Amino acid sequence: MTAILTNLFDGVAYGMLLFVLACGLAVTLGLMNFVNLAHGAFAMAGGYICMVLVNRMGWPFFAALPLAFVSSAVIGIALERTLYRHLYARSHLDQVLFTIGLTFMSVAVVDYIQGSSRVFINLPAALQGQFDLFGVGIGRYRLMIIVICGLLTIALQMVLAKTRFGSRLRAAVDDPRAASGLGINVPQVFAFTFAFGCGLAGLGGALSAEILGLDPYFPLKFMIYFLIVVTVGGSSSITGPFLASLLLGIGDVAGKYYVPKMGPFVIYTMMIVILIWRPNGLFGRTAAR
Amino acid sequence: MSAASDVGFHAQRQARWHYGEIAFWLIVLACGFAFPSRYLIMTDILRLALFAMSLDLILGYAGIVSLGHAAFFGVGAYAAGLLALHGIVKEPVLALIVAGLAAMVLGFATSFLVIRGVDLTRLMVTLGIALLLEALAERFSNITGGTDGLQGIEMQPIFGEIPFDMFGKAGFFYSLAVLFLLFLFARRVVHSPFGLSLRAIKNNPLRAAAIGIPVNRRLIAIYTLAAFYAGIAGALFTQTTAIASLDVFSMERSADLMLVLVMGGTGYLYGGLIGAVIFRMLQELFSTITPQYWQFWIGLVLVVIVLVGRQRLHRWVLYVPNLIIRRIAGRKAIVAVPESDS
Repeated sequence: MTAILTNLFDGVAYGMLLFVLACGLAVTLGLMNFVNLAHGAFAMAGGYICMVLVNRMGWPFFAALPLAFVSSAVIGIALERTLYRHLYARSHLDQVLFTIGLTFMSVAVVDYIQGSSRVFINLPAALQGQFDLFGVGIGRYRLMIIVICGLLTIALQMVLAKTRFGSRLRAAVDDPRAASGLGINVPQVFAFTFAFGCGLAGLGGALSAEILGLDPYFPLKFMIYFLIVVTVGGSSSITGPFLASLLLGIGDVAGKYYVPKMGPFVIYTMMIVILIWRPNGLFGRTAAR
Repeated sequence: MSAASDVGFHAQRQARWHYGEIAFWLIVLACGFAFPSRYLIMTDILRLALFAMSLDLILGYAGIVSLGHAAFFGVGAYAAGLLALHGIVKEPVLALIVAGLAAMVLGFATSFLVIRGVDLTRLMVTLGIALLLEALAERFSNITGGTDGLQGIEMQPIFGEIPFDMFGKAGFFYSLAVLFLLFLFARRVVHSPFGLSLRAIKNNPLRAAAIGIPVNRRLIAIYTLAAFYAGIAGALFTQTTAIASLDVFSMERSADLMLVLVMGGTGYLYGGLIGAVIFRMLQELFSTITPQYWQFWIGLVLVVIVLVGRQRLHRWVLYVPNLIIRRIAGRKAIVAVPESDS
């Protein structure tokens, strides 16, 4: 029983992490209809920046996290302004080719600068180990992930639903022409959203170094996971990808624990079955927005 | 009535063999005799060309974006390897066909998943299938050899007559013959009414359905055929290199394949063949500059191609040949890339 609860806890932490990593992609892919396969590269950038700050320059971990967010966002907005924005109107094939090219380049660049082996971020002592809660083993680091990601999710939902920016974004997505007719600066809204999504990915990358492992092949290895979150979750809201991430996280952890020999088999089968059953995702466009 | 005969006239004129095409194949054949020391790399190019042609059938003609075409390549590769290793089908040509059919069965089964949904879902499903197969091949390592791959494959002589030699001469002409035969068939298919209906589907599925084309059935058919081609390419890989390893399923292989096709141009069958040559030459060049980081340059090529625009790039490349044709023949250039990607 306690093993199940521990697994559930790990799965939730894993899922939350995936959500933070992928929700930027949910925005670009679902809302802006841009297939960004290079999303993992931004996560990797955040992770490596955090690693350099903590390990080499001796920053405290919690101070490096916001900087991972900011620097990924800056990289994101720079690329958006220079390259991505020319491709919004192009075919999906062009977008796929372009972002795969970017991913390859990012892999080679990081390999060149930092070497190809897996890197670890030195964690403060307070985050290491685990404690027992009613007999259930709870890892401190995972608990922190759940707290951070949970707060982020609530904040995101609030921003989207309650603020003026959130309503502008929703309007720009629903009908860009009408929105710009109403005086909303649609490209600016998109650019800001894109940067914010990249920043979240960077933060997720920094947080995930401990759990997912961080090496130059990160963008390729986890591309499929991000895409699963978005396609299975549908992209018409934040809650869809959130629930999909939780499902994926819990499914993956449980699959690896109970049927270790099947490896990633469980996840891929789950994804294909869900996509056949609901091509627009579990919580797809048919659901009320 | 006249419109119908007009369409028929143009379709037939398109389908006729041009002098350029005949010259192209003669040059390919001549390469086989001119560079006897380069059989291995040339065989590699032929395999890649066949694989790219297979992707062209679904991407260039039917407009299906696939990131998991390596799945069929891998199935073909492993099927051919297992058939040879356990001596089930000893004769290579027969084994090639059996391996192709194995990939075809998988293609038919998965086509039902692929025709559902839009571009993104297709991308995901194709990628997912390739990853699933990779995981399966790793899981059943007692059959596939796991990460070590299939080793110790001994190929029997072709038709029981022509043995595979260590310089790869037999392998090269064998691959060339297979490529040419399959090319002839693909050419016939894409110029048939069936092929024309595929283009209609690619341009506008809704309109195609409205004029009575059974969209889903056509897509299933071409996807299955493309899977067969990819399976043959995979089987050729195993037969000419005598190894099959897990990386036949890898996502990089599918991504490289896209690059090959895009460099050559989609939707006119020769794109894959020309792209394969350019791709391998670039790869050689990059790996002599930076052995470890050639992926960076491949990525850069992709980014530049997309940013410049594929149509514009092809116009630039064809500018000089067209100029020469205009000067010499004094008429309008015939070399053009009929590309209609939107």
